[in-house]
Amino acid sequence: MKAVTWRGVNDIGVEDVPEPTMLNDHDIILEVGLSATCGSDLHLMGGYIPAMRAGDVLGHEFMGTVAEVGRGVTKHRVGDRVVVVSFTSCGQCWYCRQGLYSLCDNGNPNPGITEALWGQAIGGCYGYSHALGGWAGSHAPYIRVPYADQGAFAIPDGVSDERALFASDAAPTGWTGAHQAGVQAGDVVAVWGAGGVGQMAARAAMLMGAERVIVIDRFDNRLEQVRTHIGAETLDYQQVDVPGELRELTGGRGPDVCIEAVGMEAHTPGAQYLYDQVKQQMRLQTDRPAAVREAIYACRKGGTVFTLGVFAGLVDKFPLGAVMNKALTLRGAQQHGHRYIPEILDRMSRDEVRTEHLATHVMPLDDGPKGYRMFKEKEDGCVRAVFRPGG
Amino acid sequence: MTSSLGNVASLAARAGGSVVRQVRSVIEPSGGRRPGAGQAASGWLAVTVLREPSDIDTAALPAPLAECGDRIEVRVRPAADGKGTELAARLRDRPSSGSALSRLSGGDPQAELRSALRRAKQLLEVGEVLAVDPAPHGKRTPTPGGALLEAWTKVAPKAGVR
Repeated sequence: MKAVTWRGVNDIGVEDVPEPTMLNDHDIILEVGLSATCGSDLHLMGGYIPAMRAGDVLGHEFMGTVAEVGRGVTKHRVGDRVVVVSFTSCGQCWYCRQGLYSLCDNGNPNPGITEALWGQAIGGCYGYSHALGGWAGSHAPYIRVPYADQGAFAIPDGVSDERALFASDAAPTGWTGAHQAGVQAGDVVAVWGAGGVGQMAARAAMLMGAERVIVIDRFDNRLEQVRTHIGAETLDYQQVDVPGELRELTGGRGPDVCIEAVGMEAHTPGAQYLYDQVKQQMRLQTDRPAAVREAIYACRKGGTVFTLGVFAGLVDKFPLGAVMNKALTLRGAQQHGHRYIPEILDRMSRDEVRTEHLATHVMPLDDGPKGYRMFKEKEDGCVRAVFRPGG
Repeated sequence: MTSSLGNVASLAARAGGSVVRQVRSVIEPSGGRRPGAGQAASGWLAVTVLREPSDIDTAALPAPLAECGDRIEVRVRPAADGKGTELAARLRDRPSSGSALSRLSGGDPQAELRSALRRAKQLLEVGEVLAVDPAPHGKRTPTPGGALLEAWTKVAPKAGVR
């Protein structure tokens, strides 16, 4: 079968790969309907997460139709339309039972890599390097889904494929950020990054009762999507001083909750960007944390900063003094989607969560390299390139 | 002047020695501190299993541990705060624990035991050991980085237990 693969740094290809097979009783084989690019894929593409091997199939945000069912699967039947959470989690270990599904003890068959990097291994993720399990990704006609009773969710009638697709990763990641950051009714929430995850974090914060939600980015089309489809306020960081504007918007306090949805390749005006780029390219730091620094600086005293964008390793010039002296709570997580997807699908069915606008460019698998190029370079207002393996 | 130079040389030597010690402590812990590589001196390797202690019969261990036979000893005790049961094992004839470097290169003498504990935990919690190969993948272009990652990926499943 054809699949979109990682061939090397900034080299995406389309090639023939073997079809997946059932390897465990709790597997299903899914016929992929739609599969989205994600901002975190760009870190793989650029070689910033150096655990990809040539030929690895990309893609971790997807939905489709059940094609085969393992004998241990009880929730799904052939022909079911499902969306699959991007993390492979067993649902049985202590972390899963606490709702911390991305920390699953059993879902990463290559625990040695992240254990060496971070002290303990986290769960696995489709198409996201051998550090997170070496699972084949979803930019292909078929994908194997382990622990299917845990990770695949029936899509309600009336929710379109294009909407349900983003219940796989962008929406539950946004929900993870807003919920784990402790957003409460009346809060002022600032979100750095207006991509799919940032938009969903903003929507989640609004539905959790935040009084004001402000999203920060530099791309007009993404900020327009935030105003039109999400209903939040926006700031263009190339046009205004973000901490100054946030202080003015909050009576001098700063936001109660600051959610960073940018990750390890942050852009920022001025010398800080040049400094971070030089250090990253010289491998003196692995990640560029400009948005995290600004969030910590802008957050109100005693507030919460949540790192929702993907980071891999070490950063420089981290404002620990502000974290300590302002009594901030600093948290982070990959998505614990299993606990949020049922609620998200329910809200999607009631039109409280709309995501179709994120799929600005839908194309066949053969256009994989073009789709990633458009997504990376933001060509033609590309917010997400989405592949339809069925053509 | 000679004395100043001597002081500078002494400082440089001490600084250099410190750097060497720091590097050695990372790649070969026994050079800088007691053997361990992040492991307790007792030699016990442990996983916490979300099962009651009564669910784990040390006389009928899951197959991956049972296959180790008399080469290991096993300890079971309740985990704190309802987190399940701590299942620990150690080799009776304990080799010096591997360095971080040896673990990355596949030379960890306890790798098989780490793998057995991890698979036993999966059997007790989920009822199956997760398989990942063969995974669909395309043509592999031979590169030094790819070869290094391939080597690391081969030993990575034999970790996840400290």
